[in-house]
Amino acid sequence: MVALRHRLAERGIDRQLLLLIPAAVFVLLLFIYPFLYGVGLSFQPVEGGALGAYREFFTDAYLRDTIGTTLQLSLPAALLNVLASVPIAYRMRGRFRGKRLLTTVLVVPITLGTVLTAQGLLNFLGPTGWFNRTLLSTGLADAPVRLTNNYWGVFFSLVITGFPFAFLLVLSYLSGIDPSLERAAATLGAGRWQRFRRITLPLLAPGLATTFCLTFVLAFSVFPSAVLVGDPSGTTRVMSIAAYDAAYVRYDYPLASAVAVLMGLVELIVIGAVLGWRALLYTGSTAGGKG
Amino acid sequence: MAARRSIVATPAAWLVWGVVAAFFVMLAGVIGSVVVSSVGTQWFDTWLPTGWTTRWYAQSWDEFTLLPVLIVTLEVSALVVGISVLIGVPAAYVLARRSFPGRRLLYLLFLLPILMPPITYGIPLATVLYKYGFAGNLSGVVLANLVPSVPFVILTMTPFIEQIDPAVERAARMCGANTRQVFVRILTPLLVPGILAASILVLVRTVGMFELTFLTAGPDSQTLVVALYYSMSAAGIRAQQSIDAMAVIYTSMMLVLLVLALRFVNPTQLVARVRDEGD
Repeated sequence: MVALRHRLAERGIDRQLLLLIPAAVFVLLLFIYPFLYGVGLSFQPVEGGALGAYREFFTDAYLRDTIGTTLQLSLPAALLNVLASVPIAYRMRGRFRGKRLLTTVLVVPITLGTVLTAQGLLNFLGPTGWFNRTLLSTGLADAPVRLTNNYWGVFFSLVITGFPFAFLLVLSYLSGIDPSLERAAATLGAGRWQRFRRITLPLLAPGLATTFCLTFVLAFSVFPSAVLVGDPSGTTRVMSIAAYDAAYVRYDYPLASAVAVLMGLVELIVIGAVLGWRALLYTGSTAGGKG
Repeated sequence: MAARRSIVATPAAWLVWGVVAAFFVMLAGVIGSVVVSSVGTQWFDTWLPTGWTTRWYAQSWDEFTLLPVLIVTLEVSALVVGISVLIGVPAAYVLARRSFPGRRLLYLLFLLPILMPPITYGIPLATVLYKYGFAGNLSGVVLANLVPSVPFVILTMTPFIEQIDPAVERAARMCGANTRQVFVRILTPLLVPGILAASILVLVRTVGMFELTFLTAGPDSQTLVVALYYSMSAAGIRAQQSIDAMAVIYTSMMLVLLVLALRFVNPTQLVARVRDEGD
């Protein structure tokens, strides 16, 4: 008995691993089981054999095009959020007056929620909103610019809700990098750009990959704002709307599950590409010296 | 000192601050227009409403039966935060510190719920929860919201744990402490900032989580976001302004949570422990 325990312990198995059990049970019961159940359901459509639901998805252009619509919204939004966060966070990691206030104000949009964002965008960017009113009265535009109930409305709402989140994550990752590493590079004569390019960026890259993935998921699953500020039957008909429609409007659960499975697949391909690239990069302490 | 001087100097810095300013203007416009609309009487084709009133707040409070909705929101988020920390922190510890067969697979398993859009697992999850009679009430909403929260706790806690020197634990063990004692006496105090940060993020996410609650909630278990969505997508039935008023109430609540949170946690410590000392 003791010998067996020792042999297992040598391979890293001992009683401490019991701490994992609640989490493992939880993820199996509430995530894996329902997910497999959904996958199973997607192969049992009322008609058309095992692949009927998938065939329906790919033959119906109205359904098929949701893949492109979703990616066209989520990829640029996530990319913009992450790329814009880097220089802003880079400026903000030192100490300066009003830093806490600025961070707080940047974080405020996290609290807005989709409905206030949607209402606000409709009010502010709408045809009679302050934005168009300013454009018209300063003569920058002759007619109101249409920015709501189309692609741009949803895009802006993704930026407003996604940017603070991305910023916060990037700022945390950046602050975790020991500034003395850059100071050391500076004493060796590295310029500002060189220090960023050769020291900070490589250390930050894994964090950026994670941030991109998390913001991309947020943007990819856009549902309420695509309905409220978008054009849910046309240019912003994203996959989640199609899935919801199938499940709760048409009560076609196999089709809804098929859309959900495809949605997961498309998204995992993007994430897989990003994380696969991340695995090639340095992981470990970003603190210098003895850490 | 160096940082402050560079703000004045480089054009790149001006560009960055310009983008930040543009974002703020947009944000102010979005928030401002809702706040103004929520206290205005009629607002059609003018810069500002024709008159001012507070009746929309009173109206939306009664009409939407906001008090029960708020209570449900608080119950759900408190339960989700509590349970996900209890489950997530020990798991994060083992995953951060130990290597054992299947570790990578398990880690991937915990990553998946965060990396998947809520709708993709939400629809099958809701179906399963309905099958076993959980959905349509509070337990279903809590269970569904736990799915992304537990992995989220694990993910945010892992870097905090990785940055605690294992020598501290080894020293405690040498002095005869067992796992439970190491946890209670050594790790927990060191991890308090991380646990607070994770809890707050989970709290904000849960209060704001739309999809999962939307798919699993019954009429008595709607949280504030879902109630808001229903009132907004059923446009025309209710006055625009009373929806605005409700949105303002929601945001103020979230803001209070956030400001409270920021009093305890430095937002830059969310992912990594920062030495915020001066130069």
